[in-house]
Amino acid sequence: MNKTWNNGAWFMVLPVLLIVALNAVVPLMTVVNYSVQETFGDNLFFFEGARWFRDVLASERFHASLGRQFVFTGIILAIEIPLGVAIALAMPRGGIWASVCLVLMALPLLIPWNVVGAMWNIFALPDIGLLGYGLNWLGFDYNFTRQPLSAWFTVVLMDVWHWTSLVVLLAYAGLRSIDDSYYQAARIDGASRWAVFRFIQLPKLKHVLTIAFLLRFMDSFMIYTEPFVLTGGGPGNTTTFLSIDLVKAALGEFNLGIAAAMSLIYFLMTLLVCWLFYTLMMQGSEKS
Amino acid sequence: MARIDLDHIRHSYLPHPKREENFALKEVHHSWEDGGAYALLGPSGCGKTTLLNIISGLLIPTEGRILFDGKDVTTLAPEARNIAQVFQFPVVYDTMSVFDNLAFPLRNRGMRPAEVTKKVTEIMEMLELAEMAKRKASGLTADMKQKISLGRGLVRSDVNAILFDEPLTVIDPHMKWQLRSQLKLLHDRFAHTMVYVTHDQTEALTFADTVVVMYEGEIVQIGTPEELFERPRHTFVGYFIGSPGMNVMPVKLDGASARIGEQTIALADAPSPKPGARTELGIRPEYVRLGTEGMPVSITKVEDVGRRKIVHAALDGSDIAVIVGEHDPIPGDPHISFEPAGINIYADDWAIVSGAAQS
Repeated sequence: MNKTWNNGAWFMVLPVLLIVALNAVVPLMTVVNYSVQETFGDNLFFFEGARWFRDVLASERFHASLGRQFVFTGIILAIEIPLGVAIALAMPRGGIWASVCLVLMALPLLIPWNVVGAMWNIFALPDIGLLGYGLNWLGFDYNFTRQPLSAWFTVVLMDVWHWTSLVVLLAYAGLRSIDDSYYQAARIDGASRWAVFRFIQLPKLKHVLTIAFLLRFMDSFMIYTEPFVLTGGGPGNTTTFLSIDLVKAALGEFNLGIAAAMSLIYFLMTLLVCWLFYTLMMQGSEKS
Repeated sequence: MARIDLDHIRHSYLPHPKREENFALKEVHHSWEDGGAYALLGPSGCGKTTLLNIISGLLIPTEGRILFDGKDVTTLAPEARNIAQVFQFPVVYDTMSVFDNLAFPLRNRGMRPAEVTKKVTEIMEMLELAEMAKRKASGLTADMKQKISLGRGLVRSDVNAILFDEPLTVIDPHMKWQLRSQLKLLHDRFAHTMVYVTHDQTEALTFADTVVVMYEGEIVQIGTPEELFERPRHTFVGYFIGSPGMNVMPVKLDGASARIGEQTIALADAPSPKPGARTELGIRPEYVRLGTEGMPVSITKVEDVGRRKIVHAALDGSDIAVIVGEHDPIPGDPHISFEPAGINIYADDWAIVSGAAQS
């Protein structure tokens, strides 16, 4: 079969290429530019090669915030994914209550990040906030501005409150798309509730859960506003996650080279994890 | 294996049915004999699947009782009824192998592993699935998946009944024959009570000893394939079974004769329909003779369907199909006559006189 080739078609792609170049590649290149140079006042630049990258990768401060970042992301994924699936399973399958549940679930997703942070800050204040006061009243020694454990507890709880709904909505949509005959066949086959979940619902949810996992991973890995408003990274540096650390380095300390190198490493890590995860999850389905 | 009695079953999908039309299933009162092979035949939406789901327990009927060997199971869940059911579209457990799919219903019931292997291997061989036992079920074709669904229905040997809900819809025509004969073989071997839902008359007539014809939520006739063909109790059975279906034309009854326009046809008996009932005469195309004697008709169309021809003739405004042999001549001055044995008289769609009365 002979296909006619017309390279003129490439010109059609040009506008898109220009837009992508302007909004993604050019800003990224300025970061790359900073990451290999030392900057002084009066716009003086000196080429430093890979020095900032070596410095960042060797820095204990970076290791610590990266560690905190992974722990945080790990915890919220371990809570939000199973919790989201459990809530989706418990939700009514139709009728007015299904709609009520969906609206209630969607509410936290509509609140801006900084509002969520401010809400939880006031909510968790030990002397006036409902949560903070309540916990102390119940006998827990809780003060998120002073105790690292309380701060972590509050940050995790806030994220779970804000984002579990996303997993619920995705899982609910996935569950609704399973044909009734699967459940009927399972009943005829005498399958237990657990077997129905394990062999019908979970396999059918694989794709939406992959999406949910990726979205929650990326989003939580890059979290900034909510913990910044809530704890400001404290007490001490105990809730300073990667992006908070990055902003501190770039705008607080004006270490542009270090911050640029950190940004690029951060970006590549996110990309790598997403790619790895997606490839692994999709491998099975491509074979079939 | 069990005898299944449906005791005045009615079902509506509405929470509070008020009128007769609200019922998807109108009054069904019928017994399925232990070890019988039944076909449930009818057009889409006539209530076949509803009836099947009531037997298996996926639906609880609005009214009436279901008895298995005399024991009331009306409110029992499907798993407690020990019933196997195969659905119209294939259902496989994607993450399991073909073997595990077939073993699933057995393992759920706590059967010993050695026994499971023996049983599953036997069924897999029968359905020619043996060589793909270890493959994952998710990547297979629709044909194969439906074979797995069938296998899961057949693998339990102690079931009260096996229900098939149009199981061969997605299967290739050449494999349909093969699978249907395998099902028949299985029935002969294990003597399960089998109920086979279909809207395909060939499937119904070849699979079953007894065919139950449903129409608009009720059973209109139960009989052997021959009875359905020769003595349709309802005009719907006449239309639905046979190719082409029965000719049905309005008649006026006058003692032991029926009148179609100018023509008079002698009947065996003098039927006595309810006053005001709509009366019709039904005769299958096989029992109409085309020749030079009888009632004059004009021929509108001749269809050649291979070994025979279907002649459409107009008799006083009614279209009548006649089956003639491939080489039979079509007369220039056509007349038709009805074989008395093939004449059925209907009042409001139900048979009141069948040609049988004569012989």
